[in-house]
Amino acid sequence: MSTSAKTRIVGAPVPRKEGADKLLGRARYVDDIEREGMWYGATVRSTIPRGLIRSIGFDRRIDWSEFAVVTAADVPGENYIQLIVADQPCLADGQVNHCDEAILLLAHPDKHKLREAVDAVRVEYDPLPPIFTIEESERQDRIVWGTDNLLKSFLLEKGDVDSVWRSAAHIVEGEYRTGAQEHLYIENNGIIAEWSAETGVTVWGSLQCPYYVHKTLIKIFDLPDEKVRVVQTETGGAFGGKEDYPSTLASHAALLAMKSNHPVKMVYDRMEDLAATTKRHPSRTRHRTALDKDGKLLAMDIDLATDGGAYATLSSTVLSRATLHAPGPYSCPNVRIHAKSWATNTVPYGAFRGFGAPQAVFALERHMDEIAAALGIDPVALRLRNFLHEGDTTATEQVMREPVIMDKLLDRALRESDYHARRARFARDNPTSAVKRGIGIAAFYHGSGFTGSGERILNSLAGVDVAPGGKVRVLVSNTEFGQGTNTVLTQVAAEAIGIDYDDIAMAAADTGLVPNSGPTVASRTVMVVGRLIERAGLQLITMLREDAGLGAPYTREEFFAACERLRAAKGEVVSLVRYEAPPGIFWDDQKYRGEAYPSYAWSIHLAQVAVDTVTFSAEVEEFWAVQEVGRVLNPVLATGQIEGGIAQGIGYALYEKVLLQNGHMANNQMTNYIIPTAEDVPPIHVFFEEIPFRYGGYGAKGIGELPHDGPAPAIVNAIKDATGISFHSIPLLPEDLFAVLAAHRNVEEPAAL
Amino acid sequence: MSESWPIVHFTVNGKNCEVQAPPLKRLLDVLRGDLHLTGTKEGCGEGECGSCSVRMNGELVNSCLVPLLQAEGADVQTVEGLALNGKLHPLQQAFLDCGGAQCGICTPGMLMAAAQLIERNPHPSMAQIREGLAGNLCRCTGFMRIFESVLAAATEAAEPAPKQARDAR
Amino acid sequence: MRGNAEAHELIAPGSLAAVLKLLGDAPGEWTPIAGGTELMVAFAAGRLGARKLVNLWGIPDLRFIETAPESIAIGACATFLDLRAHAGLAAELPLLAKSAGWIGSVANQSRATVGGNLVNGSPAADSSPALLVYDAEIEMVSRRGRRRIACAEFHTGYKCNVLAADELIYAIHLPRRFAYHLQYLRKVGTRRAMAISKVALAATATLQGDVVSEIRLAAASLAAFPTRLYRTESALLGHKITRETIHAARRALLAEAQPIDDIRSTAEYRRCVAANLLEEFLLELSQKGAPQ
Repeated sequence: MSTSAKTRIVGAPVPRKEGADKLLGRARYVDDIEREGMWYGATVRSTIPRGLIRSIGFDRRIDWSEFAVVTAADVPGENYIQLIVADQPCLADGQVNHCDEAILLLAHPDKHKLREAVDAVRVEYDPLPPIFTIEESERQDRIVWGTDNLLKSFLLEKGDVDSVWRSAAHIVEGEYRTGAQEHLYIENNGIIAEWSAETGVTVWGSLQCPYYVHKTLIKIFDLPDEKVRVVQTETGGAFGGKEDYPSTLASHAALLAMKSNHPVKMVYDRMEDLAATTKRHPSRTRHRTALDKDGKLLAMDIDLATDGGAYATLSSTVLSRATLHAPGPYSCPNVRIHAKSWATNTVPYGAFRGFGAPQAVFALERHMDEIAAALGIDPVALRLRNFLHEGDTTATEQVMREPVIMDKLLDRALRESDYHARRARFARDNPTSAVKRGIGIAAFYHGSGFTGSGERILNSLAGVDVAPGGKVRVLVSNTEFGQGTNTVLTQVAAEAIGIDYDDIAMAAADTGLVPNSGPTVASRTVMVVGRLIERAGLQLITMLREDAGLGAPYTREEFFAACERLRAAKGEVVSLVRYEAPPGIFWDDQKYRGEAYPSYAWSIHLAQVAVDTVTFSAEVEEFWAVQEVGRVLNPVLATGQIEGGIAQGIGYALYEKVLLQNGHMANNQMTNYIIPTAEDVPPIHVFFEEIPFRYGGYGAKGIGELPHDGPAPAIVNAIKDATGISFHSIPLLPEDLFAVLAAHRNVEEPAAL
Repeated sequence: MSESWPIVHFTVNGKNCEVQAPPLKRLLDVLRGDLHLTGTKEGCGEGECGSCSVRMNGELVNSCLVPLLQAEGADVQTVEGLALNGKLHPLQQAFLDCGGAQCGICTPGMLMAAAQLIERNPHPSMAQIREGLAGNLCRCTGFMRIFESVLAAATEAAEPAPKQARDAR
Repeated sequence: MRGNAEAHELIAPGSLAAVLKLLGDAPGEWTPIAGGTELMVAFAAGRLGARKLVNLWGIPDLRFIETAPESIAIGACATFLDLRAHAGLAAELPLLAKSAGWIGSVANQSRATVGGNLVNGSPAADSSPALLVYDAEIEMVSRRGRRRIACAEFHTGYKCNVLAADELIYAIHLPRRFAYHLQYLRKVGTRRAMAISKVALAATATLQGDVVSEIRLAAASLAAFPTRLYRTESALLGHKITRETIHAARRALLAEAQPIDDIRSTAEYRRCVAANLLEEFLLELSQKGAPQ
């Protein structure tokens, strides 16, 4: 298994596999698809954050006999979405626990009559007192989930933090907060569902994980595996927002299809998608850190809390990743992390690129700069003094067995950005300028793949087959939603088999067709599934050599001829492989100790920010990202992933705010949920270092989520550098900067003179 | 009521069309529904995201904000009309070479905005490219590859390189 | 998408005279629609109350930019792209051309009209501050005839204006007398493009020696509609620009401004930033003076 040997296709900037279709406008997203006899579906949602449903009334002006109406009572099986804990009802049954919770579904062939009907359903509630913040939930004087509001908790301990406080030269404390963030994929959630008594349920739609949806549908409908089929359509962006939510939408559409006996399409408009679907968990992290007189870390005591919303969904795994990323790429002998996820009466939070790491890294990297300031040490020097190296152990006692080159990455970042010269220039110019400039750093890692034994539990199966007279097909349930799955897995297959890029096709992500190679999440696709495809391709060649007389070397014509000989002998040409854990991965889920992740990608972000003291707005003027990500399988796609993740991270820090009023998203329109435009994104400079990971597909590690972890702390550190003021909370809008910057002076007094 | 709706005549990608539908029907819905040209997308319905951008009488418009009646006599171009005679438009080729499309949902509108830009201004500066694309939101790329694609297409238009164009099959 | 196209009528009488006849015959029944950049958003959100719409788009009588010796006339249905493309306007009335470039994106500017922006009456309207500091006059037309009113008097309250039920805006007239004024316009939005204004300040001024001889200030999002800042102007007219006058002008603006907290920003932020923009303008004025 060669990870760094010379390759023909892997490592080359081959064009996107499905690129031509997307560019020609031929790619078919779910709303581009119509079915014969199709009806449309809509959802009646809760207008209160918590309460009992007293009654549901149907206004007589509508002829309800034309409609299919579905409530919780219509669910044939279990009325729950199957994630980690089955606590989230598919449809509210007697009680609602958040605004915009789905209560009732309607279907009709006419979209306009459907709209009128939604408005004609009158739900009456007996409201219950809601809670909206982590603090309210922690107080536990009002219980809204389980017996104690606590969705999940972890305790991670290394060494003995309490032994250190008395003797430590320095103790620095800080509290940091992050807000909710909306994915804002440009394609809203959508599903088309069909139902029949003979074939069961089939759904097509915009989704990341066909088998996740399958897992919920079989329980909702009480059907055997083979009677539920889930097919992904071309997906216009996901970022985690289509990891769990589609299970809910697919259940809704399929229930309506069953009740109406027609195919049903449900595609949300932007207002509904913004208000009703998952977002990134808000967080609050408290750091208490002990250091010696030279700024070497002695102990980290971290209290990390997330707001999970009304149901558990993925809060426990988000909390897990947040916990494991909270201590950062630093060597520290004593670490304690108390992590808790709390329930509130808001729309349940879910997966979003980074999955707890952006929250944890924001707190840590902000705190590192606060430590640097408190100790009078340069932020660069502080980090260099404490970085992990090969042979060191992490907070979970994982020994770094691969090289860790954070020093080299930081050095490169400083060089590429001409950091010292820039800072000197800003120090000189800022005092007499209305625009203050600064540069901030963030240093971080992102664990690739599922935590600990997660991959063993997934037990992924993947492979390739060859259709008669046709191409080699890659058989995976992993999906393309812009990040390049189709392209890189094709590259891996072509490389392993020794044929051309165009000889490979991706089989449709259809549970009726492909094995379960696990979800497309956690930056696992290229590393884990790529590895499976690499092995499957090599296994196919072995099979052809042993059973079909394939020689060595061989041409592509000889390869295909051998495939036909194999087909004649065995009836089919297929090569499947199962996941094999890399050696030495031991993880204790109780003690939170061991190899948390099989590999890590490492990164340094540098942000140059300009703060305009006239308007109190901060803008990122330039950005540098240096990362070690294992083997880069496609440089154009990889660069695009880093740039896109950084743009989202910039939004997370400076532009994107979810405004809740009584638990409902009040700014649920694109005009009021602000992401950076083409005029707002700075020039982004991306540099890769590669240390091939021997157990990843052709040496790859994950990169999809890594770039979203760094921008927010780098930016807020830059704002501190520019203004001297520390901010502890994001999103950091001009109004927030104003509140602090203008607090020191009388606004009537001229500012500049 | 449908007999009283006017028949609106316009051309789409050079082809004559006649549509009888409510006069306030959004041009976006007419393109996607009545004319089955699903390349143009709806991302927001508020004229914010630009994924519904088309060119109407040589101007870039958000088709979600154009009532059908106002398209009378217009010459409309959608993404389906960019490629000519089976060959990718230089912009499409550039997007393919430079990674300008990831999930692809913003791409049709982005291409129309880019086509408008370089037709009006064959040598746009970065500032002009940013302004020209400011109405097209992309959540995947961070825009860098898109800027590079537009620059590449603009340069190509100025001095075409002898390279193999990819067939639009 | 929450609008039902079948529930609305849209007719195109095709000429200004025909539209005026319709409005005259049935005042208040028909809502004019030009580029649709506001009404179609309301339609898609299910908020378009107007059942009957009359089309103004494509009527040549309403879409023009005419330069006369003393003034420039802009037809109500001139688009913001029309404004940007007109060389003369960009040269003499640069604030208007600048604000035209702020309306949404190129795709919005090709359809949004000057008249529509005024009639929509948002307190954040992008073109209004410039129109106000240029002493714009609005010409309204109906079957009964024409009349003019100062732009500053067009709005009477939040989304209320003086148009009668049978009237349309015909044109906006701008006097050609600002070539020697120092001109300033800055908008503060949520981002660099596609941003609704949180606050915007426009200014035109002249100096005689060091003394402010003419001053016009107008702001968006500091009141129920874009307005002139008369009290702030009084604090400056006839004075030199010193630390004391800037202090007085800031105080006057802070008192005169009536911003609100809303989904986009806060009253305090708007007030203070407006004062900062004013100060930025006054410093420019004192440093550069007016063009010679």
